[in-house]
Amino acid sequence: MSDQLRSLVDHPVFVYLTDGRTLVGQLMGYDQAANVILGKTHERIFSSTEGMKSVAIGVYVIRGETIALIGELDEELDDQADYDEMKVEPLDPVIL
Amino acid sequence: MGTLDSIRSNPEAVLFYSFFKTLVGQPVTVELKNDLAITGVLVSVDQFLNIKLDNIKVVDEERYPHMLAVKNCFIRGSVVRYVQLPAPSVDTALLQDAARRERQQPATGARK
Repeated sequence: MSDQLRSLVDHPVFVYLTDGRTLVGQLMGYDQAANVILGKTHERIFSSTEGMKSVAIGVYVIRGETIALIGELDEELDDQADYDEMKVEPLDPVIL
Repeated sequence: MGTLDSIRSNPEAVLFYSFFKTLVGQPVTVELKNDLAITGVLVSVDQFLNIKLDNIKVVDEERYPHMLAVKNCFIRGSVVRYVQLPAPSVDTALLQDAARRERQQPATGARK
């Protein structure tokens, strides 16, 4: 478990929560329950009518239970992506 | 943590962990409980059946462009509904047998 997230520490990550929210930030730490500390956190709010909006929310401790997925954010690809024109429904929540 | 207890009371937990370890390097598709499906190469698995995938591609990319900047990811075991495997990689008879044996004689714990 520790190995799985260890490689992502200090990297920009994309965090998908079970309530459907998507966050991006810097992975600062984690534990065996996949509780996570996320720095420079931005919530990415998607909408089918408007482009993606990014809201800065600072440092977060996120309980592992509410995390569905943590991805390594490829900054090049992220810069290339046209989020202003991305009009999509937000991701679905995960019903456990 | 109750994790060791959950492994002891659920002997199959170790079996499937071991089984997934044999599939490292294979392409798999992980379907989450909210129907989102992600294809990637299995990099690692842990005792909670958390899964790490490389070179991921979201199935139905047009509907889910949210993750196009994500190429590898860690998926929490608790949100997984299915893990779709390449059929040639799985010896189902062997797996069934191992599961049956696990139930009768758990590798860990004092269950009969």
